[in-house]
Amino acid sequence: MFSSQPGNGGLIQEFWRLEQEMDEMLGRWAWPLGIRSTARGTFPPMNIGVTPDNVEIYFFAPGLDPKSVEVSAQRNVLTIFGERQVPARTETTWFRKERFEGPFRRVINLPEDVASDRIRARYQDGILYVTAERPESAKPRKIEIS
Amino acid sequence: MAKTQEMAQRPSTDPRVRGPAEGQAQRARESSYALAPPADIFEDADGIGIMLDMPGVTKDRLTVKADRSELVIEGDASIDMPTGMEAAYAEIRSAHYRRSFTLTNELDADAIEASMKDGVLSIRIPKRAELKPRHIEIQAT
Repeated sequence: MFSSQPGNGGLIQEFWRLEQEMDEMLGRWAWPLGIRSTARGTFPPMNIGVTPDNVEIYFFAPGLDPKSVEVSAQRNVLTIFGERQVPARTETTWFRKERFEGPFRRVINLPEDVASDRIRARYQDGILYVTAERPESAKPRKIEIS
Repeated sequence: MAKTQEMAQRPSTDPRVRGPAEGQAQRARESSYALAPPADIFEDADGIGIMLDMPGVTKDRLTVKADRSELVIEGDASIDMPTGMEAAYAEIRSAHYRRSFTLTNELDADAIEASMKDGVLSIRIPKRAELKPRHIEIQAT
């Protein structure tokens, strides 16, 4: 990487180009998180994917008690909140505390309204999978040619 | 970032949420991109404890290797994704985790224990028995 394109804007530009490339590859569309979007690095990080029937949201939230997490939706606003508790340890010296601890909340603007009873959530291996069923009106329809 | 042969040959899982039409070359390029999982490290009288956040990694997709001087943790997340899903937004852009720590010789690398639960890896590195603080009995005369 360091040897490629010498004299063509230098390292900074090279990093910038890489970042652009990443964004293009993976986040082709800026998801309309809207005014409720949060800074990068907010716990839990999430990915969003879309199928014709559902919007799939993945929250990377290891070490949670699923009972302490709530998922709700009102019109097109999906909210998750909860708390990650790290067991208190006595008689220890801490060298690093990089893992998130405490209460968290994330709010997402979905592209269309979803009903609360059309949302499923499950927790597996530290990932919270949320599936929101898209309304009939938003699903792609095949139009018959007569 | 050193890319060893082993890493290059590692079967790559599709980490991100994205469409299926991406090329092989791109996949190969991305497979070397590893996330460093956040860690908590603490010490008590018996040894060192490490906890790492590795969501999506199960026991069988994890390797913890230690020699005298280094502890290396690698894992691959498996994420259930329906076929035909299109990427919309991604904050996590790799499913490969890697992090290493330097060990010092008062620690007993042969006795390291590790366990995985809900995407959190817990590692215990005991101190060598002869180096643990000892409680010295005071004899009554």
